[in-house]
Amino acid sequence: MAETILMKGNEAMAEAAVMAGCRHFFGYPITPQNEVAAYMSRRMPQVDGVYLQAESEIAAINMVLGASAAGARAMTSSSSPGVALKSEGLSYLAGCDLPAVVVNIQRGGPGLGSIQPSQADYFMATRGGGHGDFHMIVLAPNSVQEMFDCAFTAFDLADKYRMTVNILADGVLGQMMEPVVMNSPKMAELPAKDWAVTGTGGKRKSNIVNSLYLKPEALEQTNIERYKRYAVIEKEEARSESYLMDDAEICVTAYGASSRVARNAVDMAREKGVKAGLIRPITVWPFPKGVFLEAAGRVNSFVCVEMSMGQMIEDVELAIRCKKPVAFCGRTGGMIPDPEQVLAAIMKDGRLS
Amino acid sequence: MEYNMVVAGFGGQGVLFAGKFLTYVGMLGGRNVSWLPSYGPEMRGGTANCSVIISDRPVGSPIVLKPDVLIAMNLPSYDKFEPLAAPGALVLVDTSRITREAARGDVTTFMLPAARMAEENGLNGLANMILAGMLIGKTGLCTDEEARQALIKTIPPRKAELLEKNMTAIMLGKNA
Amino acid sequence: MKTIFERTPALSDAVTHYCPGCTHGIVHRLVAEALDELDLTGRTIGVAPVGCAVMAYNYFECDMVQAAHGRAPAVATGVKRTHPGSIVFTYQGDGDLAAIGTAETVHAAARGENITVIFINNAIYGMTGGQMAPTTMPAQVTQTSPYGRDVSKAGYPLRVSEMLATVDGARYIERVAVNSAANVKKAKAAIKKAFANQAAGNGFTLVEVLSTCPTNWGLDPVKALDWLKDNMMPYYPLGVYKDGAAPEAGGEA
Repeated sequence: MAETILMKGNEAMAEAAVMAGCRHFFGYPITPQNEVAAYMSRRMPQVDGVYLQAESEIAAINMVLGASAAGARAMTSSSSPGVALKSEGLSYLAGCDLPAVVVNIQRGGPGLGSIQPSQADYFMATRGGGHGDFHMIVLAPNSVQEMFDCAFTAFDLADKYRMTVNILADGVLGQMMEPVVMNSPKMAELPAKDWAVTGTGGKRKSNIVNSLYLKPEALEQTNIERYKRYAVIEKEEARSESYLMDDAEICVTAYGASSRVARNAVDMAREKGVKAGLIRPITVWPFPKGVFLEAAGRVNSFVCVEMSMGQMIEDVELAIRCKKPVAFCGRTGGMIPDPEQVLAAIMKDGRLS
Repeated sequence: MEYNMVVAGFGGQGVLFAGKFLTYVGMLGGRNVSWLPSYGPEMRGGTANCSVIISDRPVGSPIVLKPDVLIAMNLPSYDKFEPLAAPGALVLVDTSRITREAARGDVTTFMLPAARMAEENGLNGLANMILAGMLIGKTGLCTDEEARQALIKTIPPRKAELLEKNMTAIMLGKNA
Repeated sequence: MKTIFERTPALSDAVTHYCPGCTHGIVHRLVAEALDELDLTGRTIGVAPVGCAVMAYNYFECDMVQAAHGRAPAVATGVKRTHPGSIVFTYQGDGDLAAIGTAETVHAAARGENITVIFINNAIYGMTGGQMAPTTMPAQVTQTSPYGRDVSKAGYPLRVSEMLATVDGARYIERVAVNSAANVKKAKAAIKKAFANQAAGNGFTLVEVLSTCPTNWGLDPVKALDWLKDNMMPYYPLGVYKDGAAPEAGGEA
């Protein structure tokens, strides 16, 4: 078994990316994701990889696009304002059907906001994060171990479906240290990248990576085909974790760092005899709708905990088709909810039910 | 068993390092652990602190809001965190830099001139580990050998020669 | 009692967040003194960058805008075109001005935008904790050039003043340093000259200030001043790179 070591979330994810075969990293300094770039600048030369500090976030995402078009496992990381800058590239990656891994160690916004942890980029991540019809797969780890594990998942899903996978973490998960077991999972069987621009060598028809369609009929057809792929992903790749949900009467839900606070609150509620449980989406796109809809048939109400003004709550309400009330409990701007605050929200709803 | 610790002081006093050491102590003791630093401009020449949780249960939120262990290495940190300490908390104070009396009567406060002790014993910059040693002494968190193993993990390989000095500092604090 | 030293009015009495030994404080003061001595403070609008000087809006007693990373010259352009009679300056670091904001910088100069850019070159990203900057010296160790800046992979440092001196729209470009009392006096004169040019409607002015970052260079403040002199000044020579009008316009009048 691999050794257990203490590591920061940012560094654990970076190491896992290298282990997953990423040899191209392009970045730009921004807090609180700096450890990712710093780690890559140390690590990439040791594995004959490329670390390049771009002149801007826009340049970095377009460098990722180039490396990905050339067939490489490429990655960039940033934090909220920087990811917003990347939205142009994210749309072009989608339009070109290119795999990429893009990390967002979220901080408070809007604007320059704060550098403290936040979950206010949920809409940006799950609603595309750029112009045009497209989605990204969005993974939401909640521990340093999951930061490590999800890098493998991200590269495999990106290659499998030829699209961007967004790792949506935050300043807590990036900065905190926890024990990590550095096991390398077996790599998924993946299709060959016969579309990549590698030079024809005079042996094949040229490959073209492009997102321009002069005929709208052709673009429409391409988008429809892409959404058929998205439908498969929604069916097969939605992931979540349920905690104490078997007999739950109140369903608390949260992802990422706030799910850890929510879990504390669920434990506290149970100690008071209130039957609370937790559903934690691990993918927020695709959103694990089925788990929520099933729970809606059993529980009396939901409490959605977020480090934002309330964004995921819309997906919860859609998933349960508004069958049960959903209360919101959160902090924003870089503030983190207190378990007591979440407990109070649970108890309030417990009295109502 | 559960400890919710805050280690706080100026940047450069080794508060993050001491926190990391205590986290390793917990981890090598087979417990669930987390370490979360303050980050941002305050790290660059201002105050710094970290939250450390050592628990028999899985760690939920890694943010310590009501510390039951507080190590305060400067006055701003003591002023900020003493009021937040949980009733019954263990509060360790470096009196070389903090001259005021304890304000709380419902916590157990230990005063130690750690920075001065470090200087007098040729352990410059290791007040942090003297205080960590004192914590081990007061709580029985680990054996001396476990402390040594945690230090080996905490000290980067290129600074391995600092192991014995750190160990000396820990023992000095433990026996204080 | 006779006053022998006082805060210049364009500088607020806020305690700055800058690290001990950092030279931002000196440059802030020089900018404030220049504005006060030219009697321009009341009609000055400053634009703060993203970087260590992000909170400059707290330190100057004039109207201030906080811009997105690298976009200060674009924001300043909008301000100046709205209030042509105002004095508009940006205060930017090397990452902000010469990496993510290179395009905004070059094109503001090309347009002869009548603004003043105060460019702090300290060869590192300070606020984010010491990463390689576009002006980081060859072989300089930073958080993201842990083996030293390898110019074959990370490219060469940008000489911004030299580059902008080739742009016709630029009116006045000078590089100064704040590593000694004599150089601080010269820096003050350059900043004053830049603002005077702007007040006369002469076009784009930029003063590049070689500065120190003791925290991220890992040096004490005095050694940092020496490092600047020994390492940066040979690569970034001080002096006036442009001082004159743009050539006659050949386009449609």
